[in-house]
Amino acid sequence: MTATATRSPVRSGPPAARPARQWRPTRFVVLMALLVLLLLVVAPLLVVAVNAVKSPADYAANGPLSLPRSLYWSGIVDFWNRVDFGRKLWNSFITSALVAVLGVALSVLNAYALGIGRIKGRVWFLVFFLVANLLPQEVLVYPLYYLSKSLHLYDSLISIVIIFTVIQSAFGTYLLSSVYAEFPTELLDAAAVDGAGKWRTLLRVVVPVSRPTLAVLFTFFFIWTWNEFFLPLIFLISNDNQTVPVALGVLQGDRLMDATTTSASALIGILPAMLFFLLFQRTLTRGITAGAIK
Amino acid sequence: MNKSRSRGYGVFLIPGVLASVAVIVVPLVMTVGISFTRWPGIGTPEWIGFDNYTRLLHDANFWASFGHILSLIVAMAVIPTLLGLLLAAVLFDYVAKVFGNRWASLLRSGLYLPQVLPVAVTGIVWGWILHPSYGALNRILDSVGLSSLARNWLGDPKYALFSVMAVMIWFQLGYPIVMFMSGLQRIDPELYEAADLDGANWWQRFRAITVHMIRPEFYVVLVTTTIAALKVFGQIFVLTRGGPSNATLVPSYFAFKNFFEKAQVGYGSAISTVLTVIIVVLAFVFLRLQTRADRSVR
Repeated sequence: MTATATRSPVRSGPPAARPARQWRPTRFVVLMALLVLLLLVVAPLLVVAVNAVKSPADYAANGPLSLPRSLYWSGIVDFWNRVDFGRKLWNSFITSALVAVLGVALSVLNAYALGIGRIKGRVWFLVFFLVANLLPQEVLVYPLYYLSKSLHLYDSLISIVIIFTVIQSAFGTYLLSSVYAEFPTELLDAAAVDGAGKWRTLLRVVVPVSRPTLAVLFTFFFIWTWNEFFLPLIFLISNDNQTVPVALGVLQGDRLMDATTTSASALIGILPAMLFFLLFQRTLTRGITAGAIK
Repeated sequence: MNKSRSRGYGVFLIPGVLASVAVIVVPLVMTVGISFTRWPGIGTPEWIGFDNYTRLLHDANFWASFGHILSLIVAMAVIPTLLGLLLAAVLFDYVAKVFGNRWASLLRSGLYLPQVLPVAVTGIVWGWILHPSYGALNRILDSVGLSSLARNWLGDPKYALFSVMAVMIWFQLGYPIVMFMSGLQRIDPELYEAADLDGANWWQRFRAITVHMIRPEFYVVLVTTTIAALKVFGQIFVLTRGGPSNATLVPSYFAFKNFFEKAQVGYGSAISTVLTVIIVVLAFVFLRLQTRADRSVR
């Protein structure tokens, strides 16, 4: 095929030296296309940010696309106080952090037994965790709702932490087991030769070596739990226990929510997520580059 | 030799198994049991055999909700995975090399942004942008003289599903990009250099090396995004609540309505059970494909 045609001309000089030169015309087309795509993705958030700090009068006069005449913070402050937003932030944060830590820990334990230990019936356990990860929450919700009521855990953050730790770790176990299945045997053998037991090997060898993957898992668990909507919507009914998404989600369509208040509420929902995103962005990059050094 | 390593590891699985039994196995079995009963959520469930399931087969809403899921699989799994693979390869192997890592990670971060936003917030943002009277999209169309294209994007049964699909692509695209870019780090740069030496162009390297090496991530991403599409609830709840006139009804929202609005817990359980069976069957198909692919690599 074409492979023979492209193979024959032997290039003179080091090929990796100046690859950029030949691509010059394509370069900016590619970059422009990517930047346009980026703009399309980010545009909705920019529109929200612009209108969150616009006064209702300014909005009525100039519409959603103009820049605000002056910065107007009352919309955000009023909304914050009205829904006691600080409380919701704390609820969301503590739940997500606990789930991320516990979920990663549980995933590591499971994956250690399945990926490295290769215990009997591991395929069936993996199938179980895969299926558990696939289950729609709807098939669990009513019994969980019923059981948590009889255990007096209904309308409590504890129930949400327990449920999401298990649900997230099902995904973590599945992903981490396939990573651990290819864990370098030499490292395990070396630890065994040094007389390290299984716990020691896990804590001193397996966890440190797989830290980049664990950081990525932690990030996903935190963000996914922060963003969870369905179960918190059903389990956290009192105002004091609501998480950020539930508080914002149930207010949607409320008659009191005009265009600028809607933007203000969206913006204070976006900001914490953006903050974590910037923090995690580093972890993700560090994790990814650390994974490259092997 | 694997046998000698496999002893004594079972103990590490105990907490995971106990927690899974309490949170997953018991509720799952209960839901399947309840699906054979009529139960408003209080009192004693009344055994009615397969009545809920025969009722499902004649329920037009049930069929419609599964039809909509097919569209959402396209929007949430197929398009983001394929586009994400291409974009990840372009960012990793082209942008990073030609413009530097800074540009690649800037673009990756930007495209991943929608993934970190709470679904409810996404709903508020898009619900407002797509609003027929004061929404930004119709305003933009007006201002560039295309007001004839303005629509009631979420309120018109003809366009609601497409609008939701577009929002889903926007929402989902970043996940495959991040997963694939981290997977690409595993690839030995020498492979690319060897391909360069052989005079392979970008597209040939993409097909021969990237697509081949990224296979484990590809399956994981395709599996997880397809499941996400089948389970989608939050976006539907905040954008359309299944409307207008059930044009965007999905099984999970259909089940939710029966559980908590109509107090038809038995019927809701039957819907959830059917959805679960479909997902599990799909999962086994995926799993088979994956093991087969693994074998062909070895």
